[in-house]
Amino acid sequence: MEIKFKSISNKLYVYLYGELDEYTSRSMRNLLDNLLEQYLQSRAVVFNLANLSFMDSTGLGFLIGRYKKLKNYNIPVYIENPTLSVEKVLQLSGIYEIMPKI
Amino acid sequence: MQEKINKMSLRFTGISENEPFARSCIQAFCLPLNPTISELNDVKTAVSEAVTNCIVHAYSDEGGPVLIEAETADGRIHIKITDEGSGIEDVEKAVEPFFTTRPEDERSGMGFTVMKAFMDDVKVVSKKGEGTTVEMLKIFSSNTADDDAPETAWGQDA
Repeated sequence: MEIKFKSISNKLYVYLYGELDEYTSRSMRNLLDNLLEQYLQSRAVVFNLANLSFMDSTGLGFLIGRYKKLKNYNIPVYIENPTLSVEKVLQLSGIYEIMPKI
Repeated sequence: MQEKINKMSLRFTGISENEPFARSCIQAFCLPLNPTISELNDVKTAVSEAVTNCIVHAYSDEGGPVLIEAETADGRIHIKITDEGSGIEDVEKAVEPFFTTRPEDERSGMGFTVMKAFMDDVKVVSKKGEGTTVEMLKIFSSNTADDDAPETAWGQDA
């Protein structure tokens, strides 16, 4: 699993690559939080999931955890381009209520 | 036409490193049934959920044996995942959406909900202190079973 990012007009785009499960979420959690801490001036964070080939409910917990941290700084979170398989888990969970798909 | 029953069993240590391994194995075992990509992903995701439960809840990250048994016949797969861990005190509560015993660990509480949504049948048998068994069934559309075909003979010896 790999994370790439870019900031465009004060929006932070985070690109997740690979598979997000119990194994990968453990190491990614700190890595991503360290990154987010450097971008707390952002007006939004967008998780781009176009290259996330697999995610289970541990991934939901992972995304919701980041959402809660960013909420403390009033930074809205969005999801874009999930793959079909990841989309199914996201839809089922109702997560788009708190982090809309754009 | 009746297909031959195909069986496998896989025993491994319940640590998170083995999650991709378990998913790859179940995927490979399903392939002869010609599942769609979507069906294959359903099975992989459901197995990932059950194995995560073994690792995180049954063994509290300390590892322990996980057994996956699977059987395919007549365009369907029957999967049984067993651990010898802590067991579930109240199964009815555990399978409710968003229920988790570990909210502080960023757990979504959606594991059983995903299993039920992605598979055609899910059964959970557990006893406190004696481990948990999750049985799941998936029927593949590409290989609609003959109405006259017998039910999968789950539990018979190979």
